[in-house]
Amino acid sequence: MKLALREVLLAVRRAPLLSALGVVTIAFSLFAFGLFGLAAINIRDALRRVEERVEIRAFVADATPVEAVATAMGDIGTFPEVAHVDYVSPDSALARARRELGEFADVFEAGVLPGSIDIRLKADARDPQSVKAVAARVGSYSFIDDVRYGEDWVTKLYQLRTIATIVGLVLGLAFATVAIIIIATTIRMAVLAREREISIMRLVGATDAFVRSPFLIEGFVKGVLGGFLALLLTWLASSLIDRALGFQTAFFAPGAAAMGVLAGALIGLAGSALSVGRHLRRV
Amino acid sequence: MIRLVEVSKAYPRTGLALDDVSVHVAKGEFVFLTGPSGSGKSTLLKLVFMEERPTAGEVRVSGVNSATLKRGDVARLRRKLGVVFQDFRLLDDRTAHANVAFALEVTGAPPTAIPAKVNRLLTQVGLASKAQAFPRELSGGEQQRVAIARALVNDPFVLIADEPTGNLDDRATRGVFQLLREINAAGTAVVMATHNLELIRRSDYRTLEMLHGRLVADTTDPSVAARAAARRAAHDAAARAGDAGASPAAPDDTPDLRLTAQ
Repeated sequence: MKLALREVLLAVRRAPLLSALGVVTIAFSLFAFGLFGLAAINIRDALRRVEERVEIRAFVADATPVEAVATAMGDIGTFPEVAHVDYVSPDSALARARRELGEFADVFEAGVLPGSIDIRLKADARDPQSVKAVAARVGSYSFIDDVRYGEDWVTKLYQLRTIATIVGLVLGLAFATVAIIIIATTIRMAVLAREREISIMRLVGATDAFVRSPFLIEGFVKGVLGGFLALLLTWLASSLIDRALGFQTAFFAPGAAAMGVLAGALIGLAGSALSVGRHLRRV
Repeated sequence: MIRLVEVSKAYPRTGLALDDVSVHVAKGEFVFLTGPSGSGKSTLLKLVFMEERPTAGEVRVSGVNSATLKRGDVARLRRKLGVVFQDFRLLDDRTAHANVAFALEVTGAPPTAIPAKVNRLLTQVGLASKAQAFPRELSGGEQQRVAIARALVNDPFVLIADEPTGNLDDRATRGVFQLLREINAAGTAVVMATHNLELIRRSDYRTLEMLHGRLVADTTDPSVAARAAARRAAHDAAARAGDAGASPAAPDDTPDLRLTAQ
């Protein structure tokens, strides 16, 4: 290990520019991927905020006993798709309508609006099928007059989310592939620059593991440094965007940021292993 | 020790480089390998240190067989043989001492034992005073001596030298050749590929001649073993007399090389 570290330091000292270039290339490849990631998480957050407004409203028939409504709410609360159940009395409904309609508040008179059970769904149950199924079950109570959930709106929102997910995955994969190819090429350059050294190592009886270890360490360290640099660049870009937009956009959670740096390290490690492995098979 | 049995080697692009070669090199022998460029000398040597594998036939070196060779065997074998080349193949960013030490380090030798052994080897090749010099600060002959020290540092049973004097002037050539003779006299076999017929003529060592990938001549002589023994005895006597650096001269009656077709 000590010898391998010495070899890494020697390699850096011998070609500092190539080493720095490697770190910067890794950083910019991951930075491009990071910017895409930022766009993706902000679009996802915006969609999530819209999706949170998906709500099923079941209108309760007049003169329904409070106990029956309470029992039904208890049942509905146990549905696996349901996150939150709320009862809106006719008076509350009137107050809400007046609040939402502002200048038309006078249109409604007391007793015009029915009471309702308002149901919010869990994040993974906001697709049209789940919403429809819950609405149907809620509608089966004898005292429910009508169930509304904006079927068209839910369907379109779901389509939008599906498109955003697919585009995100394809673009993400393309960005990741480009990053991996660029990083692997950079590391391959570093290996080729030391082709002579590798052949001499093999000549004097170095095992494959001995030859490989300095390259693996170098690839790993370059990956980690490139990852941190990319994170810093992404954070700076995010701050500039926030300043330009005038509001705070979402940034990576600490776990996701750590995963990004780890991805850099793994790409560096795997790129080195592949490049040296290919080279070793030839000498 | 080294045995090639009906060995052929073909390269995908350039075709047949070795054609049905069988040869045996015994322990402690000094063997010249000669022939024009492209005759297969380097290929034969590469087969011996297992940089290449034969297309047909078998190469056996110190218990390692090319037919059953595993990747790990190559590293183990190379620690038992030393190789030097015309272009020295030193690591340019390390001193002479570090270059020699490197060959010990890769074998996992105890770090405390390395400096003394390296110093001893550099003294043996006459470069004790230039241990801290980088290759660019050394002459061609000196660089080749560093390469020889590196090749010897793991106490190999054979030293394989591919045109070791090819890049050297006459004086350096004589010095390096003398060093190889001393190494051989101390018991290490030497297989040396060379174009330098003058060197071959001035010594009485066995000579293998290659032409178009075939072994066309071998001066194996029954007296070779006897002469090798005599040289070793003379070397031992010189060492006992406290004159280990001096080398026994070649016998005056060394005949001119006469190659005999097999």
